[in-house]
Amino acid sequence: MNFSLHISTIDDKLFLKFSGEFSVYSIASSQKQIELLNLQKVHALELDLQELSYLDTAAAIFLNSLEREFATKNLTITKTSTNAEIENVLSLVKKESLPKATIPKVKKRSLIATIGEHTYANYLGFLSFMAFIGELFATKLYYLRSLKNIRFKEIAFELNESAIKALLIVSITSFLIGVVIAYQSAYQLKLYGANIFIVDMLGISIMRELAPLITAIVIAGRSGSAFTAQIGAMKITEELDAMRTMGFDPYAFLVMPRILALMIAMPLLIFVADMMAIIGGMIVANVDLGITPELFLERFSNVIDARHFFIGLLKGPFFAFLIATIGIYRGLMVKNDTQSIGVNTTKSVVESIFAVIVCDAVFSILFTNMGI
Amino acid sequence: MGTIIEVKDVRTVFKGKVIHDGLNLKVNEGEIYGLLGPSGCGKTTLLREMVMLQKFQGGDIDILGYNLCKIRHKNAQKLRRNWGVLFQAGALFSSLNLAQNIALPLVEYTDLSQKMIDEIVAFKINIVGLKVGDALLYPSEISGGMKKKAALARALAMDPKLLFLDEPTSGLDPISAREFDALILKLRSLLGLTIVMVSHDLRSIYDTLDRVAVIDKKKIAYEGTLEQVTSADSDFIRTFFGNNK
Repeated sequence: MNFSLHISTIDDKLFLKFSGEFSVYSIASSQKQIELLNLQKVHALELDLQELSYLDTAAAIFLNSLEREFATKNLTITKTSTNAEIENVLSLVKKESLPKATIPKVKKRSLIATIGEHTYANYLGFLSFMAFIGELFATKLYYLRSLKNIRFKEIAFELNESAIKALLIVSITSFLIGVVIAYQSAYQLKLYGANIFIVDMLGISIMRELAPLITAIVIAGRSGSAFTAQIGAMKITEELDAMRTMGFDPYAFLVMPRILALMIAMPLLIFVADMMAIIGGMIVANVDLGITPELFLERFSNVIDARHFFIGLLKGPFFAFLIATIGIYRGLMVKNDTQSIGVNTTKSVVESIFAVIVCDAVFSILFTNMGI
Repeated sequence: MGTIIEVKDVRTVFKGKVIHDGLNLKVNEGEIYGLLGPSGCGKTTLLREMVMLQKFQGGDIDILGYNLCKIRHKNAQKLRRNWGVLFQAGALFSSLNLAQNIALPLVEYTDLSQKMIDEIVAFKINIVGLKVGDALLYPSEISGGMKKKAALARALAMDPKLLFLDEPTSGLDPISAREFDALILKLRSLLGLTIVMVSHDLRSIYDTLDRVAVIDKKKIAYEGTLEQVTSADSDFIRTFFGNNK
């Protein structure tokens, strides 16, 4: 039976006659009908529920609040109903509903409060990162007291994971960077007939800056994020807690091997990147500028000092330390929900690339001022 | 029977919210001791404090004669070898298979030969009711019940005196849960373990526990045997134990 609301007025008395099945779907339309009424001359109300066949709790709450609303307007209310089931629903709602209690709203904060909160959160984050670095060095000292404590097996495993398996992508990326740099500068150099200077340009820029930076960025995206996700997942599944209760320090088992492995691997990867980028540049120089590989290499050995190469390699362990510590720290920051793995992985990559670039800038200024 | 664990006036505050305020309890040697209470009362927190995963803000916890507040690194490592912990979801190391998981403490802490380790691992696998043929499976390849059994085998690897179980039967079907209870009783009688566990499972509570502590309203509402638990004055105890027995 369909629901209908019949409204009529006799003198100053308003009759609301509900009939049929009154459920959550019919509330809105009845509410509109009632709101349109002119209640100024009305002094009494009768709710007629005799022909209702069904009443759900939402509709009962509506009737209840309707009654309350009219009561505040000093109307005398009478209610007629014969159906025991409907009476039951109404009395249940009356007993259990909490008209005054509202679900608390999330407090809106002012802009200044939000800025303050974020600043404080960042400050706490910085402190916890410092605490992490501190604990790392404490463990490092503790574990390096004897060679027996170094976990060579884990280091070898991580070397394979984050260095050997990254060789291909590092090689291809740096080869292409070499090609691009050579190609762009070849065009400019040709204008001045300074073809042979491509060797100086490529040698210094690639070995000093580009190869270390490109390698670090690839590794941050590849291995740094993997560290965060692995350790984050281990934290969620309580594996880290299990290790602690068994007396295995996660710093010794998970953190140190990863950092050491990456610090060993990075200079080697930079070396490969150096070679691949220079090969790329050499090919372009041959094709575009007519400089044969023999001539290229001869000029290379004459004008490029070994120090450029060593400076590039020297940056490796520093970049590796930054990438690995940030990746692992972010992994340890993962909270007990799946979302935070994603958030922390993103942060880990962004922060480690940023840290690498800042570190590179510092090195650049330092070495130039030292005249190296 | 000596006292193995003594918790004295422990106070825990977590993000400004007081969770425990003056908790006291004693666990005797050889008993199966249950931590009960409404959800959110800090049972698991107390368990984590006992195994040194979490700091508390006041009071003392003594385990096997060591005071956890003043313990030195060396003694803490020694203590950790004397207990086994079973986490709610097992917490098996996902990069290792079952045999490697169980063997890990043996490999790290002893100079045993591989053959000896294999033999010990096979024994532990057998004692918890797993098949030796499952030893090469990885944690992702086995069911929840098997994970718990394997994690129990790992917890028993170093033959600890003390076993902590965090909701050992949660997430298991009723049959596996009863099997697990029987297993715990069997292990206690075979190996003379002292077991502390957090549980919600009434059947498991009545079947296995010797003594219980009920945490309610930041304090211990009752400590003692199950027979007298209903004598205590606590809403939780009335609703939890009221309709049973």
